[in-house]
Amino acid sequence: MIAASNIIPLFVALPLAAAFLISLLGKRIKRLPDALGVLVALILCGLSLLSVRLHNIHGILTYSAGAWKPPIGIGMVLDGLSVFMLVTVNLVAFCVVVYSVNYMEKFTAKWKFYTLFFLMLGGMNGVIITGDMFNFFVFLEIAAVASYALVAFGTERQELEAAFKYAVMGTVGSLFILLGIAFLYSYTSTLNMADMSSVLAQKGTGNITLMVSVLFLMGFGLKAALVPFHAWLPDAHPSAPAPISAMLSGVLIKSLGIYALCRIFYNVIGMSPAISSILLFLGTLSMVVGGLLAIGQWDFKRLLAYSSISQIGYIILGLGLATPLGILGGLFHLFNHSVFKSLLFLNSGAVEYATGTRDLQKMGGLAKRMPVTATTAMTASMSIAGIPPFNGFWSKLLIIIAAVQAGRYGYAFWAVLISILTLAMYVRAMKYAFLGSLREGLSRIKEVPLFMKLSMGALALICLAGGLLLIPGINETFLQGARDVLLEGTEYAATVLKGIK
Amino acid sequence: MSKEHEKGMSLIVKTITRLTVGLILLYGIYIVLHGHVSPGGGFAGGVIIALSFIHLMLAYGKETALRKLSKAAASFFESMGAILFLGIALLGFTGGYFFLNFISKGEPFKLFSAGIIPLCNIAICLKVGAGLFAIFVALVLLKFDSEKR
Repeated sequence: MIAASNIIPLFVALPLAAAFLISLLGKRIKRLPDALGVLVALILCGLSLLSVRLHNIHGILTYSAGAWKPPIGIGMVLDGLSVFMLVTVNLVAFCVVVYSVNYMEKFTAKWKFYTLFFLMLGGMNGVIITGDMFNFFVFLEIAAVASYALVAFGTERQELEAAFKYAVMGTVGSLFILLGIAFLYSYTSTLNMADMSSVLAQKGTGNITLMVSVLFLMGFGLKAALVPFHAWLPDAHPSAPAPISAMLSGVLIKSLGIYALCRIFYNVIGMSPAISSILLFLGTLSMVVGGLLAIGQWDFKRLLAYSSISQIGYIILGLGLATPLGILGGLFHLFNHSVFKSLLFLNSGAVEYATGTRDLQKMGGLAKRMPVTATTAMTASMSIAGIPPFNGFWSKLLIIIAAVQAGRYGYAFWAVLISILTLAMYVRAMKYAFLGSLREGLSRIKEVPLFMKLSMGALALICLAGGLLLIPGINETFLQGARDVLLEGTEYAATVLKGIK
Repeated sequence: MSKEHEKGMSLIVKTITRLTVGLILLYGIYIVLHGHVSPGGGFAGGVIIALSFIHLMLAYGKETALRKLSKAAASFFESMGAILFLGIALLGFTGGYFFLNFISKGEPFKLFSAGIIPLCNIAICLKVGAGLFAIFVALVLLKFDSEKR
């Protein structure tokens, strides 16, 4: 019998194999990049769903690469939070790959796109499943560097500028993270996360953990685009091709930013009231600033990018509350946001594909010509604005209730206010883009090709059905597993180390 | 003089390059193959191997160097190196673990020892060497709008 934990390295090995095979053969064999890309993304999506089941049967799974036992060797850990993130990332990635089959036709080097895409996916999966601090940094850099190149994929002046800005700021963020890891390594003499956590618990926290916390907050805050560190996002996300915008906004900022913040602050260093208040404050600040900046945008994708900052604020607010309900709401909103924001970016890409513009003032009445795009965009907008019964409503409700329960009335008030603001900005965007009379010069546009419709439709269905994840029975298998990992805090060390023995 | 000598640097540089470039390449290969028994390894050796081609390019101009190792070949070797490395890692599954050193380790400090590590070094060398050369070529071939005439 094959051990269940053998599934773990596949999440890294498969995307990397796809990336290099496509770069080797993609130029010569015309249809290979599409076929191999969709196939591998489908397998990864299936494996991530399988991992939910495996986690429910076996509990926490660990893997020692090369049969070297951690803490000496590199350990990989599949726990509730990893499973949750893997499903989110690979589900969105699969939809995005299906969408790219048609969308990326207008670019010359499709195989380069797929190579970079799968490198990024491999990096993200690696970040999620690794249990080793330095290994974590390496995967983070793989994903980040691939995303710098993908932002510049169009190689126009504006795209190169955005990519350069993103690369500089991203590298500064990575340096903070590396410095933090170096300090932690010097203090604990180990790189394995679980071992590091138990050593920190023994030695006690001092000034060095404070310093490291600040470095990580800056580094991962930059990756997650929390407000004081958000300047790269509104340039980088609109400049990338639409599938990549969807990946960046949908999952990259979450797996490199939020997941990493959670994993390190909850499981390795341990949550303290100070960090909790900082997260609450930064989350609310991002929520408000992102929302206010988004409302005045006329560029469809730029509006979505600012709105991402705002929604990231909600997630951080939920996670910063550090109550069971708050964490559940934050994680659920993370999943929901990755679904509807990637759907919205794919919609904006479909509109750009058909009309050639991203300016909301130049659109109008597209619903008549592009029914599928319009319907899915409406679904996603209603989800993000928090209208029942779409998934966004439930997660925002959970976050607000959690804030009220924790006695944080001010934060709850801002969350409600920005939710109304979000509704306003999306109603406005939908009105200008899809409703009203068809503009002159747009009368000859056509609906987008089949694969783009398929992937948008699938994501819209998840938006509609997402609320079902909260139903007892399904909730325990998926969301609560992730929540429990964060709730048990530094107990993580004991659980993982027991799994290794 | 033949046409080949019109491009690149002066005769002195070219002569010295002709004498040393083979030695640099050999030294790079030595560093790669002895990576597991002495300081060095795939990355360092790969860089030295790439440097030997870059050296050729600096002295003789890009045409000569690209004749020895074309852009397509560099791209092929780069992907091949990565696939070989991943393949070695996946072959570890035959022994039950990803990245398992499944070949017999042999006697320490002998050239043929350490199982998969020399093979990994060769794969890394291909990846790093071809990658570095490709980056250099990309920078050499890059032309800005103002330079195009």
